[in-house]
This record gives sequence, structure tokens and C-alpha cells, in this order.
Amino acid sequence: MSETWIILGATSSMARAMARQLAERGDALVLAGRDMPDLEATASDCQLRGAADARAVRFDARDPSTFQAILDAAEGTVNCAVFVGSMPDQSLIDADPSLIDGTVMDSFTGPARFLQMLAPVIEDKGAGVVVGVGSVAGDRGRVGNYVYGAAKAGFATYLSGLRNRLTRAGGHVVTVKPGFVDTAMTWGIEGMFLVATPDDVARDILKAVKKRRNVIYTPFFWRYIMAIIKAVPEPIFKKMSI
Amino acid sequence: MRWNTAEYSGWGRALTASGQLARPERASAVAALMDEEPAPAIGNRRSYGDACLNDGGRAVDMTRMDRVLGFDPEAGEITVEAGVELGVLSRMLAPKGFLPAVMPGTGFATVGGAIAMDVHGKNHHHAGSFGQHVAEITLQTPKGERVVGEGTDLFRATVGGLGQTGVIVSAKLRLLKCKGDVIVVTERRVPGWDDFLALLDGSDATYTVGWIDATATGTKLGRGILEEAETGSGLIPSKSTARRIKRNAPGWALSPGIVRAFNSLYYNRVPRSGRTSVKRLQDFFFPLDRIHDWNKLYGRRGFHQFQCVVPVDAAPALRAMLEKIATSGLASPLAVLKRMGPGRAGFMSFPMEGYTLACDFRNVDRSTRLIRDLEQDVAEARGRLYLAKDALARGAHVRAMYPEHGDWLAEVQQVDPDKALVTDLVRRLELRAAP
Repeated sequence: MSETWIILGATSSMARAMARQLAERGDALVLAGRDMPDLEATASDCQLRGAADARAVRFDARDPSTFQAILDAAEGTVNCAVFVGSMPDQSLIDADPSLIDGTVMDSFTGPARFLQMLAPVIEDKGAGVVVGVGSVAGDRGRVGNYVYGAAKAGFATYLSGLRNRLTRAGGHVVTVKPGFVDTAMTWGIEGMFLVATPDDVARDILKAVKKRRNVIYTPFFWRYIMAIIKAVPEPIFKKMSI
Repeated sequence: MRWNTAEYSGWGRALTASGQLARPERASAVAALMDEEPAPAIGNRRSYGDACLNDGGRAVDMTRMDRVLGFDPEAGEITVEAGVELGVLSRMLAPKGFLPAVMPGTGFATVGGAIAMDVHGKNHHHAGSFGQHVAEITLQTPKGERVVGEGTDLFRATVGGLGQTGVIVSAKLRLLKCKGDVIVVTERRVPGWDDFLALLDGSDATYTVGWIDATATGTKLGRGILEEAETGSGLIPSKSTARRIKRNAPGWALSPGIVRAFNSLYYNRVPRSGRTSVKRLQDFFFPLDRIHDWNKLYGRRGFHQFQCVVPVDAAPALRAMLEKIATSGLASPLAVLKRMGPGRAGFMSFPMEGYTLACDFRNVDRSTRLIRDLEQDVAEARGRLYLAKDALARGAHVRAMYPEHGDWLAEVQQVDPDKALVTDLVRRLELRAAP
């Protein structure tokens, strides 16, 4: 049976890959983001690939007045995948601490506020899945990107609570922690290894949704990498730069 | 836009470049970077030589711009971003009764690349070149965006234009109606050169191509297999499997004895009386795509493909070239002979009415000497070398082979006066130098 998926941050390449895979199985899509011409392009692409419906709507994590219209655009069983987030260079944030506000809004409070509005809809229906894309950067604060990491950690904790809430009503929440993915955000950054493609990540996400997994790392081996990183005692970790 | 420093090569892997690559995912990002510092576009790098290289400079990787922007079944037109692969497009469209009007030998070629090379396919004798089915191109030139329609000089300079007028962002293509998603292929053994030409001349199938045994000499010179095909529906195609070549093959993998033995088996696999079979479209149009990274079969040093076209009356010269190839013992199993029609859409388009011969060679010194020798023969036969394949030719020869080079140059200099879009191929052949 076809379902509706709201995709927040649908201009990102991971979101695009997931939208495509959902389109190919005939789901309806609400593609939400800021760059409307780009969302329109993805919408027509998904339409031709088999989506029951695909429309572009404006979503700005920093502007909650855009939220209600997105919920109104979705019909039937509503699912939502959150791909929004921003990762300014830590050095820029160090130079201008006010950048923290936007980073936290994009990666945590904006989407959390939207999901807070969606939760009653899922509870009413007794069905619906939320996919929240966090990051392995949220597992432990590192000197290189700890503000972004903190925002993602906050989001992950929020998702854990939301899962606790929605499970009672028949809904479900999947927390996704991608490692390095070959996207515009990581293009040209040095030191990348074991890089996954957006298509791989999207496939992993859909599999996790189907199996009702709670927290997944993608590719899977990041679970072990992060287990090691999390196990390093703080007195040692604080002197490391990884 | 962030730049990624990378080493990259064309499909032949004999030439490499290192430089900075951008990989935009949105039209607005392409516009921004072309405004900031214009650079030539590259796609899936299925050109064999250096057409897709800019050593020491920058290039714009368009592979993430791969969406379908609009499809109009009434008009039979589709608008796509430049990074869409033709194989993907064919799989998407065939069930709807359409195909890209022209498809080259690999489905991994992008629409942008197909335009910039004005590629041809197995139906060139009827349908002409890729560019003849392009209705409109959205081009990001160093001087801003231009929507380029057919019939203009900028269109003729862009189609087959080697990326020298700007980055192709998207294009509207006229599609071909097809019956369904399978193809009925008839294969016939052809015992020698004269028979081959006669059969190619006489074929009125929609799709026609000849595989040629480039190791056969003497009375067997020019023997091969003629394939003729029509799209069909309601038929069950034979199964196909995909493979991947994981690492470079050793040097002896394509040694003369092995190639001769392989070619003999390949020739004799088709019964003397011929045969007809039903195949999946992709297996007919893109036979080698089933073997991912097959270019690694040629080993670490890579390979060259020689492809030329000569006018119909120069067929004897082409026969002489094949003889040189066959007696050299350097040829690989991959050799193709085709009849071309006159269709071409750009000033620098490859096709001309005549016969085209393509053959792969392992990248060894003897091969490069042979290809240089063949280049001379092509020039004398008033033929043309295909720039999507070339890695070795000299500029004066090539410029003489393309009589509309001057028209192209005039248009290109107008949109890119600062030569920001020059690539390794353009530099090597001095295509942007004043005549």
C-alpha cells in the first residue's frame, strides 16, 4: 500500500536518494526545503519514477511559520524523514559564537519542533514512521565539530524520547547515524575514509524502516568504530585529535 | 563551492589528469561557480582519451545533476539534467513506449557528454546523430545562462563542441517511439570484407552494427558478425548477468594468441545459417556495460581506441587500414564496423556519410606507433578521427579533418574569450588557437 512521506531537507543528496527509492515503489512524497526550484526538479523526477504524487513545499528549520502547511500537504498514513542540519566549520563558530544558534536550530530544535507537531497526527492514526538522521559526530564531542556534534546529540536524545512516546500509539522512530557519506557537505573535505554513497544510505534506511529498527549506523561498521571511540577514557580522549 | 583535488582519467586510462573538481548538485550551484571561476564540465568520463581531462586546472563534475525535469508523452519530449545517464533514461522510458533517439555503445554516457560529443549509435544510418534530436540546451556560459535553441550558431558550436561553450545544465530531447522493452536481434556470419560492406549497404534494419574480427588476415580479412535489430514487445528476453572486473588484468591477458582464439570462438558461436534471438534492450545497446570496469582488462597502462570514418568511395583505404591492424597482431577483440549516414548536428560533429571502423589497442609503444600511422591514412582518405576516442592525434591533421572548425572557433571565442573552458584535448590539438 502506498504511503505518504514528508522529507525535510529534501535538497540534500541523501534525501534525494531516499525520495527516488520511495518514488520507485509508488509512495507519495512531500518534498520540503528552502530551494524551491531544486525541490520542483526533484518532484518531477520522482513523479516520472513512479511516485503516486510528489510536491514541493517550503520548509525553513529557522522559520516555524512554514511548518503547518507541510503537515496540511500530507494525506493518509504520514511518515517523515528528517535530513536537515548544517555544519559550519568549527573555526567559523569559534570566531563568531552567534553561529551556534543557527546550527542548533537547523540540526535540532527546528526539526524537533516540527516533529512535535507531527506526533499527534501519528498518534491519531495509530501509524506512521519518523526517520531522524543524526550523525556519528553526535556520539562524542570532538574538537573538530563539537557544536554540530552537540546539536546532533540533542536531536538523537529527542528522537529516543519521541520513539518512547510514539511506540505506545503504534508509531515508530528510527534514528540513523551515517558515517562519512559522499555528499556536497563532505566533498573536498580531507581525511574521509570508508565513504558510502547516498544510495547505500537510503537503502539502509528503508531496510531499517521495514524491520522497525531503533538506531542504525550506516554503513553498519560505524557502530563498531563509534563503539571504540566512545570507549576511549576521557583523560586520554581529551588529548586526542581525531 | 568546495573543490576536491583528484587524479582522474578517461575510459582508456592511458592519460590522466590531476586537478580540482567541483560536483554541484543544483542548478544554482552551477550558476554560482561559473560566475566565480568558469571551468569545463565533465560527466561520467566515458570518453577514452583526454576530452574529459583538465590537467592542472579545474573541472565541473556534473554526475550529481541527474534528474528528469519534465516528460511530455504527447510531444514525445523529455527534459533532463545533463548528468542523467542514457542507460537509466532508456530503462525508464522503454516501458512507456519511448527511447532516447540515439544511444552510444555505453549506457553510462551522460546526456551532457552525448551532446558535447554529438554521439552516434547503431541507428545512425536512419536517425542521424544525438544532437539532431536535441530541441533545446540550457547552457551556463562564462557570460551567464543561455537557453540555446536549434538552428543557432551557438547550438551548432555546443553540439559536438567538446564543452567549449559552457557547462550544459539541462536539455530537451526528442524521443523515439519504440514497441517495448525488448529487442529482436538477428546475427549473421560475414565471411569477409566485401560481403560486409555489401551487407551494411543493403541493411534497412532500424539498428545495424558489425563486429569485426580484427585479427583475421588473408581471405578471412574483414570477417565478422552482422547484427540487425528491431525493438519488440510481449517477448521474453534471454537472461543476462552482470560482472565486475575488480583489478587490472596482467599484460598477457590480451596477447595476440588469446585474442585470435577468442575471436575465432566468438565468430563461430553464431551458426553458419545465422540466428535470431530476443534480448533485453540494454544487452543489445550496451553489451559491455554488463562487465563493470571492463577497461581494467587492459591492465595498468590502459588502452587506446582508434575510431575513424571515411567517405564511401574511400572504402579501399579503410580496407588497407584494417589489413594493417590485422597483420600487426595488436588488436583486441573489440572492433566495430558500421555504415554511417550523413547526419550531424554541430560544427565539430564526427559523423560523415561513409564507413566507420573502431578498434581497441592495449597501450604499448607499438600500438601508439600504429595508431599514429593510421591517423595519416585517415587524413589521406579524407576521413575523420573521433575526438571522443582520440588521445594521440596531432592538431594540424585533426583541424584539417573538421572543415567547420573555423565556424566553431569563432562562436566559442565569443562565449569564452578568456579560454576558461579549455581541456587537455583542446590544448593538445590546439583547437582554440587562432588559425
